[in-house]
Amino acid sequence: MSEITLQIDGREVKAEEGMTILEAAQSAGISIPTLCHHEKLEPYGACRICTVEIEAHGRTNLVAACLYPVEQNLVVRTRSEKVDKTRKVLLELMLAHAPDAAALQDLAQEYGADKARFGKESSFCILCGLCVRYCAEVKKKNAIGFVDRGTRREVIFIPEITSKECWDCKECFPLCPTEALQATFLLTKALMSPSPPSAPESEE
Amino acid sequence: MPRINSPAELEELRKDILSKRDPNRPCITLCSGTACHASGSEEVAASIEEEIKKQGLSAEVDFRKTGCHGFCEKGPIIVIHPEKICYLQIEPKDVPEIISQTIKEKKVIERLLYTDPTTNKKVVHEFEIPFYKNQERLVFGSNGKIDPKSIDDYLALGGYSALAKALSQMSPEQVLEEVKKSNLRGRGGGGFPVGRKWEECRNAPGEIKYVIVNADEGDPGAYMDRSLLEGNPHSVLEGLIIGAYAIGSHEGYIYVRQEYPLAVENVDIAIKQAEEYGLLGKNIFGSGFDFTVKVHRGAGAFVSGESSALMTALEGRVGEPRPKYIHTVIKGVWDKPSNLNNVETWATVPLIINKGADWFRGIGTEGSKGTKIFSLVGKVNNTGLVEVPMGMTLREIIFNIGGGIRDGKKFKAVQTGGPSGGVIPEKYIDLPIDFDELAKAGSMMGSGGMIVMDEDTCMVDTARYFLNFLAHESCGKCVPCREGIKQMLNILTDITEGRGEKKDIELLEEVAAMVKDFSLCALGTTAPNPVLSTLKYFQDEYVAHIEQKRCPAYVCKALVSYYIDPEKCQACMICLRQCPVGAISGGKNQIHIIDQAKCTKCNTCFEVCPPRFSAVRRLSGEPVPPPVKDRVLARRKG
Ligand SMILES: Cc1cc2nc3c(=O)[nH]c(=O)nc-3n(C[C@H](O)[C@H](O)[C@H](O)COP(=O)(O)O)c2cc1C
Ligand code: SF4
Ligand code: SF4
Ligand code: SF4
Ligand code: SF4
Ligand code: FES
Ligand code: FES
Repeated sequence: MSEITLQIDGREVKAEEGMTILEAAQSAGISIPTLCHHEKLEPYGACRICTVEIEAHGRTNLVAACLYPVEQNLVVRTRSEKVDKTRKVLLELMLAHAPDAAALQDLAQEYGADKARFGKESSFCILCGLCVRYCAEVKKKNAIGFVDRGTRREVIFIPEITSKECWDCKECFPLCPTEALQATFLLTKALMSPSPPSAPESEE
Repeated sequence: MPRINSPAELEELRKDILSKRDPNRPCITLCSGTACHASGSEEVAASIEEEIKKQGLSAEVDFRKTGCHGFCEKGPIIVIHPEKICYLQIEPKDVPEIISQTIKEKKVIERLLYTDPTTNKKVVHEFEIPFYKNQERLVFGSNGKIDPKSIDDYLALGGYSALAKALSQMSPEQVLEEVKKSNLRGRGGGGFPVGRKWEECRNAPGEIKYVIVNADEGDPGAYMDRSLLEGNPHSVLEGLIIGAYAIGSHEGYIYVRQEYPLAVENVDIAIKQAEEYGLLGKNIFGSGFDFTVKVHRGAGAFVSGESSALMTALEGRVGEPRPKYIHTVIKGVWDKPSNLNNVETWATVPLIINKGADWFRGIGTEGSKGTKIFSLVGKVNNTGLVEVPMGMTLREIIFNIGGGIRDGKKFKAVQTGGPSGGVIPEKYIDLPIDFDELAKAGSMMGSGGMIVMDEDTCMVDTARYFLNFLAHESCGKCVPCREGIKQMLNILTDITEGRGEKKDIELLEEVAAMVKDFSLCALGTTAPNPVLSTLKYFQDEYVAHIEQKRCPAYVCKALVSYYIDPEKCQACMICLRQCPVGAISGGKNQIHIIDQAKCTKCNTCFEVCPPRFSAVRRLSGEPVPPPVKDRVLARRKG
């Protein structure tokens, strides 16, 4: 593998071909926020919070750091006025789902995001896909998946698989950046048990 | 069918086909495209066949079922050759007369002709109808002349001669150079230079490469790709084979949406016929070049037409966009170099090879060469598919071809580029239409959709309408697009329903910028266009909705009231009888009054009140005056 030199936030950083900007930054101790990234999983590119500004081939562009492959002489800015402003709005959209999620609090503070800027959304889930991908890629069980598209998209447990696999696993739970997975799981469990306890009709 | 082994044999076959055809023999062509089919062309076809037999003309008249002519609202359409007499909106009962009068007696039937709405004159010939006259139908023109199920019809018009030329007289590099020189840009949305894409794919490492036709056509208002595939499938195939030769690909796919059954049927037939003639398969024209093509039927969603989503679907996985930091020309379907182009793009290629890049560059503007097919719909007199040279102005398209605005209304704006395009206001009516000018004006070429809007259109509501479509059609994978569209839609809905606040415009702009900059695929990066372009050109309408709770076009129901002017009402009871919810009280000699609590704002009373009274008024941004106490009508002399 050949070595590549690039510039991140004014610092010269060495990286190997095939690495992403995120990996190169991490190896140099430069932090870029992520919400849908996980070392064990294929890059996904859904939360977009890792978006950074790059200069390559004479053009400035905004790209997802968790996906973009490093190139020789690439110039990366992990923060800029534009990036910061845009991350703020992006966070506000996620906070509308999960205003109290631990994973969002520090970021909200750093970027000055207002958790009440948009009305509270009914679901906690930000559809980062960590649970779905972990179950599919690591556990290979596909007990949880996406349904529907657009603004109606959501995550559901597949009852038949869940009843067999999830009880003793629950490995995806700690990955969830919001309370959504727990809530969805409890709901599924409630719906699956023969005499449902007085659980809410739905999470919404 | 005999196999064609060389360009010379192709030429022989063509001459043979032509020798059996007499250009002066009457030929009835009937459009059998999807739209005309829906308006009854199948029944018309049956009666034409029957009537020809009945009147003993089988040996003297040809009958041909063709693809879409583009003037679908006037279908079913008949054109009688060689004169090109054009009859519109034909019903089976018209057929006997057409055969006995026009075919036998050479008499034109007045009532079936096109009537020019401005001059009220009848137009006999297809080429004189303003809708057609002002077009330049290079790509789309053969649709009306051939039976798409007959390869011989295509060959008779010179079909596959470009392929013969490419394979026998040109090297792949020369074909590539010619296309590069032509400056052809992709017709599917982005306008990316075709030659450059082909070159990148050609140069990408790997033995196996794919060429793909994008016939997803997810824009609900556009249907030029369907019409081309249905009406002239061989032109698309010929372009694809030429492209494959230039790129060094031996396998192709045609991705057609499931909802286009006739397109799938005609393409399947075309492939089979081309295979039988040896135009597909091994050693085409004896050149040593092999190429096969498969049809893939995709579930038609708007986002499936996006290149990475389409390629994922071809692999048999859920068609969802994926990041393309490594271009699909290098790593596409099954990670092999893959070249995707739009239907219209592929169909343009044979023309360039036949007539040369210089000829092609002579048409269009500096940055956009050739012609483009638009789907002209909305409040224009003539709607349909129109093919014009790049650089034609909006005015020429809307007024010369489209025949102006319906019902004598005033032109307000045109929305171009499909659901994630933008609106262009009246002050840009003389804008020459091409890729760059549209982008500069805050819209885009997109699929070639063109929706004409008149003075009765509310621009805030228009933005809301498109965002609502996109909220359903986004794949929902990434946060900016999914959540951003949802919030923009919420804000727009609030504004149109009277809950808008002063801060909303700024908020919309902020969210729009975020969606545009941070989204994963081009659906997201273009989704704010409807909002941004209406904000740019019609911000006063947003302000009126927000600050005065007024909808200037009287579209947003929550902001409009209906009121009968007691000074003008003649108590004719017309509105009272027609109000669907019984909201109008009144009677003989009694001034009519609308019960605001019951009124559903259906606009009926406004439409039916006789113009000489014009008593019903629409109010917006102002209170409804209290009902009059004395309701007895003092008969006014008149
Ligand atoms: C949401 C979305 C939908 C698209 N739908 C289509 C489509 O239906 N047909 C098409 O040809 N291109 C469509 N495109 C553009 C394709 O991604 C791609 O650019 C095009 O097929 C390339 O062909 P061209 O260069 O000949 O235009 C779409 C793009 C996006 C972002
Ligand atoms: S449930 Fe949690 S982990 Fe799963 S997609 Fe939603 S936010 Fe992500
Ligand atoms: S931009 Fe929209 S359509 Fe594209 S990947 Fe993201 S959510 Fe899906
Ligand atoms: S707008 Fe419709 S519902 Fe209202 S009064 Fe008129 S006719 Fe009746
Ligand atoms: S139609 Fe017009 S004039 Fe007649 S009753 Fe209604 S408002 Fe009055
Ligand atoms: S971490 Fe890169 S998109 Fe989520
Ligand atoms: S389908 Fe007949 S004119 Fe379009």
